[in-house]
Amino acid sequence: MPNIVEIRDLRVEARTDTGRRVEIIKGVSLDVPDGEILALIGESGSGKTTIALTLMGHTRPGCNIAGGSVRVGTRDMARLSEPERATIRGTEVAYVPQSAAAAFNPAKRLIDQVIEVARIHRLMPMEKARARAVELFRALALPDPETIGQRYPHQVSGGQLQRLSAAMALIGGPKLVIFDEPTTALDVTTQIEVLRAFKSVMSTGGMAGVYVSHDLAVVAQMADRIVVLRGGEVQEEGPTATILDAPAHPYTRELLAAFDPAPHAAVAAAETAPLQPVLEVRNVVAGYGSAGRDGLPAKIAVRDVSCALERGQNLGVIGESGSGKSTLARVIAGLLPAHSGSVRLEGGEMAADLRGRSKDQLRRLQIVFQLADTALNPARSVGDILGRPLTFYHGMKGAARDARVVELLDMVRLPAAMRHRLPGELSGGQKQRVNLARALAAEPSVVLCDEITSALDTVVAQAVIALLKELQRELDLSYVFISHDLSTVRAICDDVMVMLNGEVVERLPADRLQDGATHPYSKLLFASVPKLDPGWLDSLDAAPGVRGETGQHTERPALTPAAAGGL
Amino acid sequence: MAITFPTTPRRIGYRFNAVGAVALAVILFWAVIALVGPWLTPYPPGEIVDFDYFGPMSAQFWLGTDYLGRDILSRILAGARYTVGISLAAVIIAVTAGVVLGMTAAVIGGWLDTVLSRLLDALNSIPSKLFGLVVVAGLGSSIPVLIGTLAVIYTPGAYRFARALAVNVNTMDFVAVARARGEGTPYLIGQELLPNILGPVLADLGLRFVFIVLLLSGLSFLGLGVQPPNADWGSLVRENIGGLPFGAPAVLMPSLAIASLTISVNLLIDNLPTKIRDRSA
Amino acid sequence: MDRQVVSLVLGRLGLALITILIVSFVVFAATEMLPGDVAQILLGQAATEEAVAGLRMAMHLDDPAILRFLRWLAGLAQGDLGTSYANNMRIAELIGARLANTLALAAVTTIVAVPVALFLGITTAMYQGRLYDRTVNTLVVGIISVPEFMIATLAVLVFAVWLRWLPALSFASDVSGLLDVLRAYAMPVITLAVVISAQMIRMTRAAVIETLKMPYTEMALLKGASRPRIVLRHALPNAIGPIVNAVALSLSYLVGGVIIVETIFNYPGIAKLMVDAVATRDLPLIQTCAMIFCLSYLVLITAADIVAILSNPRLRK
Repeated sequence: MPNIVEIRDLRVEARTDTGRRVEIIKGVSLDVPDGEILALIGESGSGKTTIALTLMGHTRPGCNIAGGSVRVGTRDMARLSEPERATIRGTEVAYVPQSAAAAFNPAKRLIDQVIEVARIHRLMPMEKARARAVELFRALALPDPETIGQRYPHQVSGGQLQRLSAAMALIGGPKLVIFDEPTTALDVTTQIEVLRAFKSVMSTGGMAGVYVSHDLAVVAQMADRIVVLRGGEVQEEGPTATILDAPAHPYTRELLAAFDPAPHAAVAAAETAPLQPVLEVRNVVAGYGSAGRDGLPAKIAVRDVSCALERGQNLGVIGESGSGKSTLARVIAGLLPAHSGSVRLEGGEMAADLRGRSKDQLRRLQIVFQLADTALNPARSVGDILGRPLTFYHGMKGAARDARVVELLDMVRLPAAMRHRLPGELSGGQKQRVNLARALAAEPSVVLCDEITSALDTVVAQAVIALLKELQRELDLSYVFISHDLSTVRAICDDVMVMLNGEVVERLPADRLQDGATHPYSKLLFASVPKLDPGWLDSLDAAPGVRGETGQHTERPALTPAAAGGL
Repeated sequence: MAITFPTTPRRIGYRFNAVGAVALAVILFWAVIALVGPWLTPYPPGEIVDFDYFGPMSAQFWLGTDYLGRDILSRILAGARYTVGISLAAVIIAVTAGVVLGMTAAVIGGWLDTVLSRLLDALNSIPSKLFGLVVVAGLGSSIPVLIGTLAVIYTPGAYRFARALAVNVNTMDFVAVARARGEGTPYLIGQELLPNILGPVLADLGLRFVFIVLLLSGLSFLGLGVQPPNADWGSLVRENIGGLPFGAPAVLMPSLAIASLTISVNLLIDNLPTKIRDRSA
Repeated sequence: MDRQVVSLVLGRLGLALITILIVSFVVFAATEMLPGDVAQILLGQAATEEAVAGLRMAMHLDDPAILRFLRWLAGLAQGDLGTSYANNMRIAELIGARLANTLALAAVTTIVAVPVALFLGITTAMYQGRLYDRTVNTLVVGIISVPEFMIATLAVLVFAVWLRWLPALSFASDVSGLLDVLRAYAMPVITLAVVISAQMIRMTRAAVIETLKMPYTEMALLKGASRPRIVLRHALPNAIGPIVNAVALSLSYLVGGVIIVETIFNYPGIAKLMVDAVATRDLPLIQTCAMIFCLSYLVLITAADIVAILSNPRLRK
């Protein structure tokens, strides 16, 4: 099969704030055979999006193509002038963005934006373009294909917007479609519908595609060939099955290993059973907004939630966006006072508002946040950030304090010299370790981890999880681990609690996650997590657990569990 | 969407570009003149040294002479301390007050925030020239009154800016972490908020300094600013306005002095020396 | 209209009302601080003690401040602007013609400045970074950094002294023919127009550039749209709100600029009247003129805020 894309020795440079030029793509070569989908996989900073954008002759501000050739069809995108590139964009090569919500103009109707490519390049009369758009909507399984175009972007859901952006890309009848991490921002249950729609429309149209992602399982479903990238260089490439089953390069092996970490082996129970759970939450109700007539907050985020955490054990709280899991964490920490219910730490009841809690109570319960960028004060050095809780809780000063800071850094496997750095100079993984070290400085009993690995690359996240487990053994900690990612929860937790719309719908031990779920939503959630098996997506139609509430198998079963908030 | 760069050796330092450097030089020049100007004047500023009033620029009188025959250069050098001094004092008071009030309002919130914001917004709704005019006409044009009036006029703007910055920082997780630790309000304001807003606040200080210089000059031009025998640059323009139909340098030179100061401050803010810090593992 | 938007707008208007009350209080308090016994000034040095006391009582000058404030406010609301001390005329008659002159000046300036500023603001944003943009930008920064009287003096130097196209400072009161009118108006209008155009260009450019940073603009580029198309069809519709806001805010600078321009060009407008009134300590005149200025300023910035509220895309339902 002839190649529709041939990239040879591509080099892209970027300009740093100091004015220096740095190579971010270092001599990459790859081919995309006509009609096939090639996946570009790698962690953040690997250059996958940069390479994908060069297929349209586009680079982000501050970057430029420094060498090599990017042949798409018969032309070299790197050599063309800007107006020539403009004629190719949308007509031969199209782009499906990562965040559809950001890519749509909020002030214009959807249909106008979807057919705009036809208008810009004068491909067909408007009537025909609109009809074609409706056809595409139908093929992508969008609800109300005839009328959905009349709406504005904020009136449709995230999953629908993502499919609309695919329609926007396909309207020009391109030969090559670039998918730039299109499902990264979506919930797992929404992601399935979108992936299905993409796959069906690509195979019907016989178009070639480049699929950019960091998620191996998603890529396994969508791509025929995989290219593994790291630091702007190709590590390995080959057909999907080969890469997944018999990876040759050590980095690829690392990625695969991180994808499916070993499940958590419960720490051996103490000889004498503990008298009481270290953390107990009873019937907590909490929300946002001013109190209504019944005294309840305007928007209730946590409804009558109870749970218990034993010493040395880990509780996972899993749910999608809007489930109330982060609110629960804030309630436990006292940042958001509960409307009713109680929180007990090691037997002692804690005030709903943290201002009413004693310093010692505050010390024993620490919280670690997701985004290390905003969780560390950019103006203070790491040493100051770690030193403050030492001074505040333990009254340490001077040399003793400094020594303890070095100890803490060592505990999280960071070099002692790091204490002089500012957070801005650290990588994501390092910042998260400092975040952790700060929590440990207080010598707590319970640590609340609020999505702490969600913003990290899988390899880095796995290292953080391993660190958490070591620390648990050394310091006798207990974790409440909040996440939306099933595999991370399985890697560290003993018990798992599934939340939906503020309620706990299921509670089960971590080792029963695969098949022990009884509630329909939990089953849906667990079944929606993509697996490394390339045939998984296609096999979903047959799987009974993933049918919607109606249970009907229409031409496109819509996964719309009523409580999941729709797609 | 972020571009991350491979690890490189660390380099710390400041990088100036040419424009920023020139601007800084001009500002420092006027700062020095403001301090020691009267001792550097070629001729005594108040003395009539030439019978040819509105004289042209010459080797003897570098910037010409004014409507009475006094040396313009000397008068400008002497006047620098009024323009620069009064404006600097006013801006420091205004920004300090604005920042303190703004940070407090942001952290404490509630009724204090609402009342302060409404009051200062109302104050902001009075056109600055008008306010200056009326107050100064009422209380006289002594230096303390001028400084005080100018400070009051520009405090609301500084408050609004500092408050917006502080509110932004207040929502960051690291402030929540500090709060969850049990830290009190003074600690939050001083240690968590202030270091993070200091940079933009200093830039704002520069901008407000320019506004104050312009307003002071305008008031002096209307006869309500610095009073004779003292003269700031605005007063110098006022005195010599009669020379305008003749194109005398006496009218233009003080304006150019003002322009050199204000443009330099604006340019410096736009071309601030950036601290370079290559990210390294 | 959406209920939330309506409540926000009403809130803003309510705020404006409260502000006007506070402002009027400040104006009143400030003018009360002017030194000198008013009754004494009016009657002159030769007046007797009883005459002065009598006048004070007739003018209610001995009443407590609050009472006088309220009486003054009531008068204003009813249209009774009082009597000028210096000229012994009813203020309403005095300011009538002058107010018209100032409004005429403002109107002509607006008509000249707004189209030019919008054009320059939008086109410099379209071609950001190019030589055209950098040149205009440098000029604009230069203009807003310098005092208005400097722009005025430069205008006079260039047009009157060197080129001799226009008359210098005096406003000829005998205008015969359209050309004379134009020539007389030209200098003040040029000065004012330059000053507020610069503000408007800067703010418009910033508003358009802000919209150009939005991700949907990159998306339009990736669909193959040309630069003008991206700006006109994608950025501009979303920037209309901030642009109108910028125009209203820039026009509010007229309030201050007009004070300088009327003084330097001897233009018979209301600003010059007020500056003269300050010199003669003519209290009622100062108060009335100040209120008119504050009111105009408040109207403009309230309008700017309301436009910003209405154009906020997050509130659009």
